[in-house]
Amino acid sequence: MIAFSWRMLWRDWRGGELRILAVALIIAVTAVSAVGFFIDRVDRGIQQQAAELIAAGLVVTSAKPVSSDTVDDAKALGLQTANIVQFRSVAIAGEKPQLVEVKAVSTGYPFRGEMHIADAPFSQDRVTQELPASQETWVEPRLLQMLGLEMGDQLQLGAISFTISQLLTYEPDRGGDMFSVAPRVLINHDDLAATRLIGQGALVNYRLLVEGEQVVLDQFRKQVKSRKLIDEKILGVTEARPELRVALERAQQFLGLASIISVLLAGVAVATAARRFASRHFDSAAIYRCFGATQNKIILTFSLEMLWLALIASTAGLAFGLLAQMGISQILDKLFLAHLPAPTLQPVIMAYATGFILLLGFAMPPLLALRQVPPLRVLRHDQVPVTTRGWLIYSAVFLSMGCLLYWQVDDLKMVASVMGGMLLTISILSLAAYALVRLLALLRQRVGVAWRFGLANIARRQSGSVMQIVAFGLGIMVLLLLSTVRNDLLDGWQQSLPEDAPNHFIINVQSDQVAGIQKFFLDHGVKQPVLHAMVRARLTHINGRRVSSDDYTSDRAKHMITREFNLSPASKMQVDNVIVAGSWWQASDHGKPLMSLEAKLAANLGIKLNDNVSFDINGRVRELNISNLREVDWQTFNINFFTVVPPGVLDNDPTSWVSSMYLKPEQKSLIAPLVKDFPNVTVIDVEIIMNRVRNIMDRVTQAVEFIFLFSLLAGLAVLFAAIQASQDERRYESAVLRTLGARRSILLRGLFAEFITLGALAGLLAGFAATALAWVLAEYIFHFPYQFNPLLGLAGIVTGALLVGTAGVLGTRNVLSQPPVETLRQG
Amino acid sequence: MGSQQSAGFVQAIQLGKQVTTSEGQLVILDDINFSIAAGTSVAILGASGSGKTTLLGLLAGLDIASTGHVIINDIDLGELDEDGRALLRAGSVGFVFQNFQLLSGLTALENVMLPLELATADKPKETAKDILSRVGLAERLHHYPAQLSGGEQQRCAIARAFAARPQVLFADEPTGNLDPVTGKRIIDLLFKLNREQGTTLIMATHDEALAENCEIRLQLQAGKLVNI
Repeated sequence: MIAFSWRMLWRDWRGGELRILAVALIIAVTAVSAVGFFIDRVDRGIQQQAAELIAAGLVVTSAKPVSSDTVDDAKALGLQTANIVQFRSVAIAGEKPQLVEVKAVSTGYPFRGEMHIADAPFSQDRVTQELPASQETWVEPRLLQMLGLEMGDQLQLGAISFTISQLLTYEPDRGGDMFSVAPRVLINHDDLAATRLIGQGALVNYRLLVEGEQVVLDQFRKQVKSRKLIDEKILGVTEARPELRVALERAQQFLGLASIISVLLAGVAVATAARRFASRHFDSAAIYRCFGATQNKIILTFSLEMLWLALIASTAGLAFGLLAQMGISQILDKLFLAHLPAPTLQPVIMAYATGFILLLGFAMPPLLALRQVPPLRVLRHDQVPVTTRGWLIYSAVFLSMGCLLYWQVDDLKMVASVMGGMLLTISILSLAAYALVRLLALLRQRVGVAWRFGLANIARRQSGSVMQIVAFGLGIMVLLLLSTVRNDLLDGWQQSLPEDAPNHFIINVQSDQVAGIQKFFLDHGVKQPVLHAMVRARLTHINGRRVSSDDYTSDRAKHMITREFNLSPASKMQVDNVIVAGSWWQASDHGKPLMSLEAKLAANLGIKLNDNVSFDINGRVRELNISNLREVDWQTFNINFFTVVPPGVLDNDPTSWVSSMYLKPEQKSLIAPLVKDFPNVTVIDVEIIMNRVRNIMDRVTQAVEFIFLFSLLAGLAVLFAAIQASQDERRYESAVLRTLGARRSILLRGLFAEFITLGALAGLLAGFAATALAWVLAEYIFHFPYQFNPLLGLAGIVTGALLVGTAGVLGTRNVLSQPPVETLRQG
Repeated sequence: MGSQQSAGFVQAIQLGKQVTTSEGQLVILDDINFSIAAGTSVAILGASGSGKTTLLGLLAGLDIASTGHVIINDIDLGELDEDGRALLRAGSVGFVFQNFQLLSGLTALENVMLPLELATADKPKETAKDILSRVGLAERLHHYPAQLSGGEQQRCAIARAFAARPQVLFADEPTGNLDPVTGKRIIDLLFKLNREQGTTLIMATHDEALAENCEIRLQLQAGKLVNI
């Protein structure tokens, strides 16, 4: 039986019966395994480089200097330690300011992994065990370009001018580009104090790197944990860089979803091709039955044949996936990690499962009909099997898609919403496509013979035409959304911001600098900025119960609970806030332990009105009562806080001040003198952040677009499957028309007319659908008016007509090359 | 060869077939009775629509009788389910059709190998080659049906029918699609193999020349057996 099914596979392949099936399977498996290979590489990279990613065996991280108790513990156990202090600041070269990410490191750094440096731009880098000497700095090469500097030039950081002595090309604990907004500036820890960059309450990350034998490290971890210090978080190799894991999970979901669209479209092609395969094998099945094959033997033979096909096509898809993942890695180059390990065969199971599930779900239902072929068909050709029931086909398809999706995104809720969304989109697109096909009838009387022939073909194969329009429509819609609409949305959002929306943030201002900074701007003719006080604090208890990240399931809640909150005293509520529960405090509430909390955060953390929450502020625990919940419009770029308290509550706590302001382009030159006067103050240009976000978005979108190319290929497979299904009919018609005197050129024009129209309809639909989706996104998700782009429909029509027109004619032209007499003789 | 029974190798007992149409019950075959000994050649004669093909289908177990019984080699086909009848066909029944029914995607050799492969016979390729050379197609082994003439296609079909050495061979208008000269050659071949293998041969035809070669002629008229 097995040998026979292999022979049948070879015979059917030779006869061209299986090619579309195989190609569709290969496309789907390639898309899925390309994503699988890439995600696996990043995943293994994180695992392998986990130790490097924290540059030590253990790291204690805190927003304040690591306590002396912790340092003493490490020393007492004979462990090696090193310090890292990281923060954002503005560096100045001449008169040019530049936001940089400063990292001050002490001797010993890095315990694990290596630093690479280079003497000059583009020269070969080398491993170093050294650190920058006093008053020297090593900078990321792009900083030279940004500030027009050369090696040996001076860079002002706070109160010290540093000499740029080396270029820093790799640091083990940096991670990928995704996590760096500004270029790195590395200095020696001994120089840090002299820069006077770190003021009270400044946004700084302190790290104590600890290295030694694992047993001793474990002992140290136990000791530190037992002190239950709320500020200090201890991370081992396995918990390193949780933000990297979250980003990877998101990437997996996005790219996985993108690849699933290809799988769905490939599934449509598989189903179409399988239906033709089944109907062309009715005679074979009848002959088999006649020669004594049982129903089970027939279905087993065809099932085995499909199994071998899935095996071969999945293996080919896997090989192509391996090549295609290089494309993704190229696009997302260094976004996650500086180096990715070589791919392994880890995604093999996923690839084969995709192939098998696809074939099982989409091809088996039509093939089951072969079991029912009556043997009497050998004598009476009109005997056809009872076709497989529609509900069985659709359930199988739905179930297999659900399985694959679940595997990709690992989130039932998401699977349900994506499946629902897909079903809704496909239904709407199908209805629209059906209406368009019906409308074509009106055109038929007004066009020449070739076009009439083409349009008649679309109308006659109505269900096939609708299916093709939907398949292409989906593919083109997604490409339009990703290419054009994405930029339209970003531009629309930027235009929706008021002209004078704040474009700079000023942070790390000390209490004694507030008046000076206000005066600085007033002197330079800039509207006096409002500065807001804030005190850093950590949430410790909710209604007397100690909180920990283990209490929460959502990643967002876990993240919020472990981060520092900025508590800000205010007498009046910000104008862009709205109270949704409780009421704002009165002047008489001065100094009362009350708190106003942002509503979404409250919901995430399960905090309600009148709950009591405790915060650790600089070692002292303060209990506050939630007196109101607010909704905040974060898009205004005004300074807003999740946690606000009445004035007088935090008077004796270490306070820093922040502000946001609008600077005209010609006023940007004020940043350098401001930072010279107030070295510890950091000015962040929103434009730089926006550009960074845009850059990351561009790369992620390109990767998604790359995966969507497979959905277009799958769309082509649908087209070719549909063409193949109508091939016999087309061949016969063409032969009849030619015997009636139709010239070859007329028939060719008819084919062009048919496929260009199909493509144009798909493009038109895609244009409308992309516009509608963009409008929904703008109106309901991002809340700004959407500018309709009339070119979108046109772009869709042109793309569709060109793509489908060319592919369709290529796929059918052999119909015209066969002599009519041959076709007619075959019947 | 199977066992030979005095009661007949193939028997039809009160065999009938009716179908329900929009205009009521339509009787296609009514009260057919005969018994055929093993190794005999039989022609079922009759005009178009007289029920020849239906009778052939019932005798071969390809269709189910409305009334009566078909017994092949002492086995009542009515007592078998579809798979049981298939297994019976696998062991002892061969077919030749008017329109050849060769599978277009398979070469001549592969078409002939098919029943041997389905019956998991030993060395299907050698057996198929041997029988194809016996029907004069030794040079056409790797040709597809579309590359063979009508006569060659029917010779290939006959080779396929005899390849598994069936005890009984059913033929439906085997010369219906062939010119008289080619038809004559095909008849000769059919009877030659029939003699060589001692097969019971039952064919539906309205070709009198062909029928004259048969030992028994069953005449059908409007679904009834009028003459044996």
